Amino acid sequence: MKLADIISTGTRATRDGFGAGLLEVGRQNPNVVGLTADLLESLQMQHFKAEFPERFFQVGIAEANMMGIAAGLAIGGKIPYTGTFANFSTGRVYDQIRQSIAYSHKNVKICASHAGLTLGEDGATHQILEDIGMMRMLPGMVVINPCDANQTHAATMAIAEYYGPVYLRFGRPAWPVFTPEKQDFKIGKALHLASGTDVTIFATGHLVWTSIEAAKELEAEGISCEVINIHTIKPLDEEAVLDSASKTRAVVVAEEHQRNGGLGDAIANVLINQLPVPMEYVGVKDSFGESGKPMELLEKYGLGKKDVVWAVKDVLDRKK
Amino acid sequence: MADLSKLTELSAQVRRDIVRMVYNVQSGHPGGSLGCAEFFVALYGDVLKHSPKPFNMEGKNEDLFFLSNGHISPVWYSVLARSGYFPVAELNTFRKLNTRLQGHPTTHEGLPGVRIASGSLGQGMSAAIGAALAKRMDGDKRWVFCLTGDGELQEGQCWEAIMYAAGNKVDNLIVAVDWNGQQIDGSNDQVLSLGNLPLKWKAFGWDVLVLEQGNNLEAVIAMLRKAKRRSGKGKPVVILMKTEMGHGVDFMAGTHKWHGKAPNAEQFASAMAQLPETSLGDY
Repeated sequence: MKLADIISTGTRATRDGFGAGLLEVGRQNPNVVGLTADLLESLQMQHFKAEFPERFFQVGIAEANMMGIAAGLAIGGKIPYTGTFANFSTGRVYDQIRQSIAYSHKNVKICASHAGLTLGEDGATHQILEDIGMMRMLPGMVVINPCDANQTHAATMAIAEYYGPVYLRFGRPAWPVFTPEKQDFKIGKALHLASGTDVTIFATGHLVWTSIEAAKELEAEGISCEVINIHTIKPLDEEAVLDSASKTRAVVVAEEHQRNGGLGDAIANVLINQLPVPMEYVGVKDSFGESGKPMELLEKYGLGKKDVVWAVKDVLDRKK
Repeated sequence: MADLSKLTELSAQVRRDIVRMVYNVQSGHPGGSLGCAEFFVALYGDVLKHSPKPFNMEGKNEDLFFLSNGHISPVWYSVLARSGYFPVAELNTFRKLNTRLQGHPTTHEGLPGVRIASGSLGQGMSAAIGAALAKRMDGDKRWVFCLTGDGELQEGQCWEAIMYAAGNKVDNLIVAVDWNGQQIDGSNDQVLSLGNLPLKWKAFGWDVLVLEQGNNLEAVIAMLRKAKRRSGKGKPVVILMKTEMGHGVDFMAGTHKWHGKAPNAEQFASAMAQLPETSLGDY
């Protein structure tokens, strides 16, 4: 596909895609159940609850208990989707996830909204930037960070078909929608968005759109970018990473996460072992966030379009 | 009911198994295990409707049991093996490399009888609630049992679970508390007082039963049966079960010091002398 063909059809929050996907998968699979820790509408789970009240559990502000109850429901053959903010879905309950879900290999879908800086005004207490790192370190955990509302919808449905623990990460703000309304979501399969020859940008989540915009700007300057959407951070599509990097010999990774522990580290790990090429990170540099509007925060913390552009130019300098 | 004399003999054999397992690898948790021998024997030998072979993870139309204080794995492993879940000889592999009998129970190695890992404390009741909710959704009338330690109740997650179960009338759930009054660093009162435990559970909305003789097999069976009769009436049921840590071995009894310590050769000989062989035979 050409960059010019990738266009936004409007904006919609990825969490809206989750809410719609949960309702649809709930209609298809009677074993799907939902849980929330007092964040029903923030997670857009009210639609599922309204249609399936007997399959929904309001746990109250008790995330640790929610993770354990989800594990127990999974033992009983249910497919529990837990819903709370990303911060409370990971750091707050790491040990519960580790022992009762990951180590015990329970079929729990940990659905985490309001991830990253784009949560906005609530500030750093709620803006988790370490969650991908924490979750991808857990053996057997699948980690997914879709790029727009349509893809989140598809991912929400696809994870019900996979047996095992999944961390599904999405966000709060209205965000450009540019993937098809109906799409086949394959866990662990990178999506090749645009072909290029000079550099590969691997991006995940909200930063996929940012990377497309940056690539369009770079194209106008004569720099050819390959853009690949890594919606599944674990298991990582190593073949897609190596295929593209062996062609372009320069890599930029963009994510709304700390540079430590995220997609960048996952890709660096592959490259350093099999194909050491110059690589640059677009991510938060060992810092907490703060209150502000989503786009202001992305700019301030080095996750804007210009930051992707600069990272590409930096990595091309090193490629020479 | 099961033959009481047979279950009494099983309790004696389970105690031998516990001490032999811990001595064998010079690690593990004998104190709490010995104190809960009657509870496990009563549960698996009389109370639970369960199917050792083939073991089914979902356990539809069976009673389920969750061990929250996973460190007392020796007593659970012994009773599981002697109930037919896996070969008794496998007790010899406890805590050794490549064993299914990990230091703390886990599903990771596929040991029949275990439905979730435990060890990091405070998590078992939450899982038991989830399993009880699943049964309720499916119209499955069987019970879910959970054992938790008393010191374990210092974990905040326990009280999240206790609040939830009462608030949502999870009345197919029966929790037992191993109320031996001891934990690693001393008595509960020395470490962090649990306060008035019966009143706390009652205030949270549970039907509270207190068992004074947690090491009397007949009393334990009677209490577990009573708990079943009391269930299904809109409240989860808790049995506050007074046990003696280390019960059955004089130098281990009534003290926190044998929470997680193995006996030496001399102590082992003394323990074995106090726990005579049974017709069931050692593993």
